Amino acid sequence: MYDGSKIIVGLLVFVGMMTFPFWNNIGKAAYKTPELKLPPKSVATECVEGKEFMREKHMQLLNDWRDEAVRNGERLYVSQANHKQYQISLQNSCMKCHDNKEEFCDKCHNSASVSPYCWDCHIAPPKKGN
Amino acid sequence: MDTSRRKFLTYAGVSVLGLAAMPAVDAWASDTPYVVSSKQLKATRWAMVVDTTKLNSEADFAPLIEACHSIHNVPDIPTKQNIKWIWYDERERVFPDDENPYMAEAFEHKNYLLLCNHCFEPPCVRVCPTKATFKREDGIVMMDFHRCIGCRYCMAGCPYGARSFNFMDPRLHLDAAKENKEFPTRTKGVVEKCNFCYERLADGKLPACVEASKGALIFGDLDDPKSEVRKVLKERYSIRRKPSIGTQPNVYYLI
Amino acid sequence: MLETALKGSSRYWGWLVVLLGVIGVGAGMYLVQWNQGLTITGLSRDVSWGFYIAQFTYMVGVAAAAVMLVLPYYFHHYKAFKNMIILAEFQAIAAVTVCLGFIVVDLGQPQRLMNVLLHPTPNSILFWDMVVLNGYLFLNLVIGWVTLQSERKHVHPPKWVKPLVYTSIVWAVSIHTVTAFLYQGLPGRHYWLTAILAARFLSSAFCSGPAILLLVALLLEKLTDFRAGEEAKRSMAKIITYAMCVNVFFFLLEVFTGFYSNIPGHEHTIKFLFGFEHGNYVAVCMWIAAVLAIGSLALLIPPAWRDNAKVLPVALIALVVATWIDKGLGLLIGGFTPTPFETVTEYAPTVPELLISLAVYGTGALVLTILYKVALTVKKEVS
Repeated sequence: MYDGSKIIVGLLVFVGMMTFPFWNNIGKAAYKTPELKLPPKSVATECVEGKEFMREKHMQLLNDWRDEAVRNGERLYVSQANHKQYQISLQNSCMKCHDNKEEFCDKCHNSASVSPYCWDCHIAPPKKGN
Repeated sequence: MDTSRRKFLTYAGVSVLGLAAMPAVDAWASDTPYVVSSKQLKATRWAMVVDTTKLNSEADFAPLIEACHSIHNVPDIPTKQNIKWIWYDERERVFPDDENPYMAEAFEHKNYLLLCNHCFEPPCVRVCPTKATFKREDGIVMMDFHRCIGCRYCMAGCPYGARSFNFMDPRLHLDAAKENKEFPTRTKGVVEKCNFCYERLADGKLPACVEASKGALIFGDLDDPKSEVRKVLKERYSIRRKPSIGTQPNVYYLI
Repeated sequence: MLETALKGSSRYWGWLVVLLGVIGVGAGMYLVQWNQGLTITGLSRDVSWGFYIAQFTYMVGVAAAAVMLVLPYYFHHYKAFKNMIILAEFQAIAAVTVCLGFIVVDLGQPQRLMNVLLHPTPNSILFWDMVVLNGYLFLNLVIGWVTLQSERKHVHPPKWVKPLVYTSIVWAVSIHTVTAFLYQGLPGRHYWLTAILAARFLSSAFCSGPAILLLVALLLEKLTDFRAGEEAKRSMAKIITYAMCVNVFFFLLEVFTGFYSNIPGHEHTIKFLFGFEHGNYVAVCMWIAAVLAIGSLALLIPPAWRDNAKVLPVALIALVVATWIDKGLGLLIGGFTPTPFETVTEYAPTVPELLISLAVYGTGALVLTILYKVALTVKKEVS
């Protein structure tokens, strides 16, 4: 092998860098699902869909809501869980109950390192100061 | 429950069409979780008639502009990069083709209301590469701010200068305390314009400027012969901006 | 073959470092634009496209110009272009890279770029422009690379390259036609709404593109042992001269239509561009362009001057500057003047805008340098 030592050193550096996230996290606390602050029972007892569905699929639901409302003019959503009708609106429906963005949206998003751009346009409720 | 169910049903519906299984498909299709509100004001061709005889001084225009810009969180940026949904200007700028050096004095420097014409043949919709701007079934030329890539082709395409681009974050020029919390702002890098208050129509309300105009603006369905817009257009002389370029504006000016 | 770009003189590496520096400065400026938005440009509500889109338009022309050599070489077996052909194809690749770069830096929401593919919209000319530009990039990459590789291996290029070459000839015309259609299909923009715009685009492309190519070739002859061949250079100069004549002629057609018809819409922009109304820096540039265009023709038309190695570069530089002002400045500013309200809003690019533009051009130059390094090394090996 020509330049064998150089190649091996190069390979080692490469493998080391590729696996950096793994050995960097060794010994650190395991990932914990953040504790979200849900709206008090006096405000709402149920969401537009079940908890599991919302946790898993709220992003798809919001995507579909957006297209249905903005593009197809269908601005009401019939819940498949409780069959009630809800107005499709991030600002006027979702965040009327979930009025604490920092304790609800941000907690998970920060922990999962995602930064959706919803609030570049949509106005979040005023900060709760906690 | 799956929200993609509706899409699946659409495809399924199309594929069984050939089997003449329509009744069954109809029954499924009504299962969609999305509904149009019963309050929605409906039309097939929304139009606005501007009674220019009732809009003369700045005091006549200001409440209309304020009504629109405040509820839609339209910033006022004191540069050439301003955002406008509804505004006014002098006759020679609003109707530049109507060249006339001996125009009657009362009209020579008269101001006219300006907003998106919601053209029947909108060039902006024709040029948009992502369908971010599109024509709804009721004739409103809509903006989907989520989809706009900010290429500004629609601004080059619009012959009426009705479109504005967010060169910067509009919130820099909005007072957070005065924002309408029920309507979004925009983000930097997208194009915006008048949307004929689609959000108010969905709620059974007329556009904000119409409501604030004390009868100077008439709003209705051009396809409905009994509508107020048709009645008034039948009785009085009206003009449209740049009729020669075939865009067929749906905003009419009563002279 | 790419490994041949890794060995070069200190001058080669020095040039690459300079280019990387230019790109770095512009990239830094682009970060500012990314954070603050296009407000850092001179663009406005009335002049909503400017320097970026103008450069895009000009460079589509430069990319299309490869056809001026590819066509005689492949259709008419004009062997004199043997050494130039790979340079033409690689110039097209670099030019399309620049085009794509300018489109991206012009977007308000560049991270949503893929919406054009996610929601394909065939009624939008911009959609088709995306299709033809990427197609052209792909065609030239494949054709250039495969023919060069075959040459290196002393074999004939594979048979399947020929159909691609013929496609690329038609394709080259299409990229600039579609780019012209971006503008000429818009109602209410007087300066653009003219059937001859696509023809003007092509004629200006077919003189300016080969002119840049010939200038670079002359430079390469000075710096390296590359030789374009005397006949190739003379033929290119002829092509450039004819295309420039047609280009100037087409522009005069616009002037005639505007002024003889006396229709204000047609006249207004030309009067503004040449300073008869609302004079500003654009008028100065346009007059410089007019003088340089006539001057370049005066130097190019007489064969004795055209074939003179001292005169030719001067004429070519004059031609490139003239066509660049016409298309890289006048076309866009003229299109947005007058505004839909028949008013004039002035536009001038800002320093950040120019630095970002320089970086995009720098990227093109980097791509060109590396591709030319590969091409010239292979040519040298073979001979």
